[in-house]
Amino acid sequence: MSAAASLSVFAVELAYWQQTAIKLVVVAIVIPTAALILGYVFLLKMMSFMQSRLGPMEAGPHGSLQLLADGLKFLQKEDVFPRRADRAVFALAPAVVLISTFLLYVVLPMGPDAVVSGLDAGLFFALAVASLSVIGVLMAGWGSANKYALMGGMRAAGQLIAYELPLVLAVMGVVIQAGTLDLNKIVVAQATGELFGWGGIGFPFILTQFVGFAIFLVAVQAELTQPPFDMPVAESELVGGYQVEYTGFRFLFFFMAEFGTAFAFAGIASVLFLGGWYVPGFDVDSNWLNLVGPIVMFVKIMAVSALIFWFRFTFPRLREDQLQKFAWKVLIPLSLLNIVMTGIFKVFV
Amino acid sequence: MTFTEREQQAYVDAASADARVNVELETEGMTLNIGPQHPATHGTLRIVARLDGEQVVAAEPVMGYMHRGYEKLAEVRTYPQVTTLINRIDWLGSFANEVPFILAAERLMDIEAPPRAQWIRTALFELSRIANISLFLGDMGVQLGALTPVFFAFRDREFVLNQIEAVTGGRFHPNFDRIGGLKDDLPAGWIAETKSVMAKMRGFCDELEDLLMGNEIFEARTRGVGVIPDHVAASFGLSGANLRAAGVDWDMRRDNPCGLAYESLDWKVWTHPDGDSFARYWVRLQETREATYMVEQLLDGLPSGPIMAKVPRIIKVPAGEAYVATENPLGVMGYYVVSKGELAPFRVKIRSASFSNISVVPWVLRGVYVPDVITILASLYFILGDIDR
Repeated sequence: MSAAASLSVFAVELAYWQQTAIKLVVVAIVIPTAALILGYVFLLKMMSFMQSRLGPMEAGPHGSLQLLADGLKFLQKEDVFPRRADRAVFALAPAVVLISTFLLYVVLPMGPDAVVSGLDAGLFFALAVASLSVIGVLMAGWGSANKYALMGGMRAAGQLIAYELPLVLAVMGVVIQAGTLDLNKIVVAQATGELFGWGGIGFPFILTQFVGFAIFLVAVQAELTQPPFDMPVAESELVGGYQVEYTGFRFLFFFMAEFGTAFAFAGIASVLFLGGWYVPGFDVDSNWLNLVGPIVMFVKIMAVSALIFWFRFTFPRLREDQLQKFAWKVLIPLSLLNIVMTGIFKVFV
Repeated sequence: MTFTEREQQAYVDAASADARVNVELETEGMTLNIGPQHPATHGTLRIVARLDGEQVVAAEPVMGYMHRGYEKLAEVRTYPQVTTLINRIDWLGSFANEVPFILAAERLMDIEAPPRAQWIRTALFELSRIANISLFLGDMGVQLGALTPVFFAFRDREFVLNQIEAVTGGRFHPNFDRIGGLKDDLPAGWIAETKSVMAKMRGFCDELEDLLMGNEIFEARTRGVGVIPDHVAASFGLSGANLRAAGVDWDMRRDNPCGLAYESLDWKVWTHPDGDSFARYWVRLQETREATYMVEQLLDGLPSGPIMAKVPRIIKVPAGEAYVATENPLGVMGYYVVSKGELAPFRVKIRSASFSNISVVPWVLRGVYVPDVITILASLYFILGDIDR
């Protein structure tokens, strides 16, 4: 995954700074777009259809530009600081949350070379930066000088720390099977795997790691603070939790971070469990996968996001103590068991 | 309220244990204003909660933000005009508000509505119960974080409101009940249509039973939360489904129907022994389903005859006092009407269900977590207009 090869599909060699600039632009475009797509398809449309209503219909065909209109509205709003807020912390918090989202995209591979930076410990990096967002949330909760926000921030901190563990443990099974932390090599390991001696579709790890996949999805749900784990925002109790004092583009940051992270985590799930960008029939090193791969990834990401958002629209909210109990008494033992079983199979089978 | 000695001792022990821990850790309490503008209070109720972390140490409801003075306003209006006002007390089940007042006035005037009027009255009464409670069934989901049920509730409640509108001309504020009967008879084709709507509402109840009540998270959030034992419920004057969910088998429709056609129906009073939030939801769901059957029976056995008794053109109610209470969607609603023989009542005292139901809040919120505050408030089911009047 040398940086110079990253655009070789177009048979042009670019200087390092040019590549970096292109990657920056791509990431800067991809994250808002991903947030918009998820927000429109799932939050506005799928949710509406599930609730027997139409959703937005006016802005653009079938309301498809509604989120752009909302975004413009947010940009026009006054930048309000609560009087007793810790101004620096309050202003910085959304940026911290958004940065954690941006960093997630660094290692997300969309093709053999279509990755911003293929790190050797890519999975480790992704899980590490994902937990950065809790700092931003805590900053928002504390800096707002609002009791609801403070309670939301505290809940978020407790919840995100509790769910970091199952998240990490759930992917360990995949790491053991693939023998690497590099996300691209995990895809290659699935692509070159064989299903009972038949290499037709490779070996997506969900076939053996379905427990890990389920735990991963649940933990992601908690990381994203979505129902049934949305106590930090809990609009019917805490009226928005740590977001309660935010308006305008700072609120937009939170919104973008939420949906951008959902997109990134759905991407990581499809890389780890669903075979990533690999398309059966292509050579693993084929340059064409740099073009077809992102499309395949997008389809898989939408499928996983559909699952994530389906939970969001269906379930009521757990209570904070019930959530902690669920994490420590169910998810963590289950994921440890999963690791042990994977290890036994890896060694003896 | 009477506690057993053991309960008192347990409370004192718990409080002193809390005090010791607080002294050791030197934690500081926090006072949280839930409301007056808070989505969980669906209106302008304010709950002042003193918190220790996420736990409520003490909670006090502050009401009166929406006080409109209906009791006083009723004193300067003629009897037929009063129904327009009292429609707006429990604004989700408006027709049910009119009935006890009209019944009280009828009792003072010694008039009885013809049987057909009584039956239609009862049918509309139950329809407004269905319209009111179906919204609760969905709204409970929103308070617990599940957004979908409330949209189903709004969708299906509309069918019931359409039926009420077809008879009375008003979706929300029918103002249809008259002293001595009703304003009009039923429109043509209404009975068949209402029966199909009732089948639809049973489908809605099944749907919510499946979607919300059968959900493990819903059960985890509501079972054992906000337990109100029967003696506490009775001593705080709770009524309606809140009382029946505590296991008290008491329903004004069966025990004191006073002028409504409940005696000739075949129906059941639902009770639940647990007294927690889940029980309150369960009882209301069963009652909504029961009400659909009741409406069907009422429409099947509808007697023929006039819709209005003989009533003077200008209604002057003879001097006297009367108290009539009925089992409204939110609980027992009663009007104590004092007349001095004039056009307007001398004094009207309104006993509204939510006002009494909310009085148990300080008792039941003690020691619960903040999310449970919302669950309990939602499951007690109050309408702000019914509290503040």
